[in-house]
Amino acid sequence: MARRRPFRHVTFTLGAGLTLALVATAALSLVYTPVDPLAMSITSRLQGPSGGHPFGTDQFGRDVLSRVMTGAVTSIAVGLIAVGIGAAVGMLLGLSSGYAGGWLDEILMRLVDAVQGFPAILSALLFTAVFSPGMLVSMTAIGIAFVPAFARLTRGSVLELREREFVVAARALGGGAGRLVLRHILPNSLPPLIVQATTSFPVAILAEAALAYLGLGTQPPYPSWGLMLKEAQNFLSLNPWFAVFPGGAIALTVLGLNFLGDGLRDLLDPKTA
Amino acid sequence: MRRYVARRVAALAATLLFVSLLVFLVIRILPGDPAALIMGIEGSREATERLRESMGLNRPLAVQYVDWLVHALRGDLGRSIQYDVPVGELILTRLPVTLPLALLAAAFMVAVAIPLGLYAATHHRRGGDYLAMIVSQLGISIPQFWSGLLLILFFSVTLGWVRSGGFDGWSAGVWAALRALLLPAVALGFFQAAVLVRATRSAVLDVLREDYVRTARAKGLRERVVVVKHTFRNALIPIVTVAGVQLGQLMAGAIVLESVFALPGLGRLALGAISARDLPVVQGVTLFVASSIVVINFAVDVAYGFLDPRIRYE
Repeated sequence: MARRRPFRHVTFTLGAGLTLALVATAALSLVYTPVDPLAMSITSRLQGPSGGHPFGTDQFGRDVLSRVMTGAVTSIAVGLIAVGIGAAVGMLLGLSSGYAGGWLDEILMRLVDAVQGFPAILSALLFTAVFSPGMLVSMTAIGIAFVPAFARLTRGSVLELREREFVVAARALGGGAGRLVLRHILPNSLPPLIVQATTSFPVAILAEAALAYLGLGTQPPYPSWGLMLKEAQNFLSLNPWFAVFPGGAIALTVLGLNFLGDGLRDLLDPKTA
Repeated sequence: MRRYVARRVAALAATLLFVSLLVFLVIRILPGDPAALIMGIEGSREATERLRESMGLNRPLAVQYVDWLVHALRGDLGRSIQYDVPVGELILTRLPVTLPLALLAAAFMVAVAIPLGLYAATHHRRGGDYLAMIVSQLGISIPQFWSGLLLILFFSVTLGWVRSGGFDGWSAGVWAALRALLLPAVALGFFQAAVLVRATRSAVLDVLREDYVRTARAKGLRERVVVVKHTFRNALIPIVTVAGVQLGQLMAGAIVLESVFALPGLGRLALGAISARDLPVVQGVTLFVASSIVVINFAVDVAYGFLDPRIRYE
């Protein structure tokens, strides 16, 4: 059974390995990078890969490898917090909507439909018009984009669980709404939500990169993979490598997280295995 | 069917009301004072006060919202501060870039994903299936703007076949315009195609396991008929769901690709408006794009009713 031996599952193992490498890189960059990621050097601008700079240098002569390593921290932080926001708000909406039913359900679901009209880029545009751009804007904008999926998923399982015998029994024993929702309904609706969170994480990382690329997210000189690509675009003909490594870092990270999510889904849900 | 559509239309109206409320609230409540924001630090207090009065910002919020909504419903989204033309007009001049880009990407997405997904499902656990899955796994891992950059790097920097961006408008000729939109549409569509391949494959695989498919095979129907008529039609619901969500994402993705390829579309309009503190334009573009996405989702919902009669009667 795949369930008992998760590491027999190729996708899961590959995903876990890549993700572990990402986390290790991010952790390492907090204590050690080959060169200071913010240190400029006028004499060594826009160099290709070499012994001293394995990933080359950017337009200020900063070491791209060190910046890619530090960028992992940005990606992980923004991704985690964005998924956290989306999951918390979405679950709250879904629980209230599903448990209350009636007109409250109707209104909340229309709100969720409306939020679906705001992909991360659109919210970020709107927020940046009134706040200064930065990581906070991208986390919130990306988080909001995840709300509908979490809300619908939670509502669906609440609707299903609400009528199940053990919940009806708990209610008959005098359990209040809070107790029913928190102790009986929520824990049982968690597995699909965990899968949703895992699959949302790579999406958040892609969105963070896109927002930083557009200038709506992480701001210079802080290293973010999306921001590095924005800078690299101006120097495509001078140093094409500069555009290759940050993008490769994004792709590899997202690939690993997708594998991990797929594997986790297979392992948690025997039906799809 | 009529009742189903009527209910969906009512829901659509309520949803659009929420969309407008969200856009309005973010612009009006969160920052405090749009007038001060527009004037910036160089504006005097008197000038800010005059602007606030002329923008009607001294009235109660609810009154401002209703006023704004009524105007928006008539197609009046206010005037751009930067260009001094109606925002609606600005949107209409930029739409002929964003919409064709999104549609071209959608066409690319469907043309690649549906046949590939069908092929993968009908060749389950064979070489072609694994190859399709590897390609789609790579596709969903590559950010759209990076594949855009790589396409520029390859086709314009290395090979010199096309320009690295820009758009001369449809008046410069349909062929030239399509050429300018081709690379961004491929970059945009490739990512979404990768998502849709996976959805198509798993939907078709699910249906292929059904008893009626076995029956269809057992009574000697040709495999083509079994796959196209009995399987694909029944797999359409989940496929249309995913594709519908993706149409909205294509609109959002177009905004990013416009920046990569320097195309004068809605996204560049909004980004430019942000640096110029042109709030009416930002408000107008977000309202327009968010409403379009909601309307697309509505159209998908109605399409279900046609595809699957069971949904109508629920």
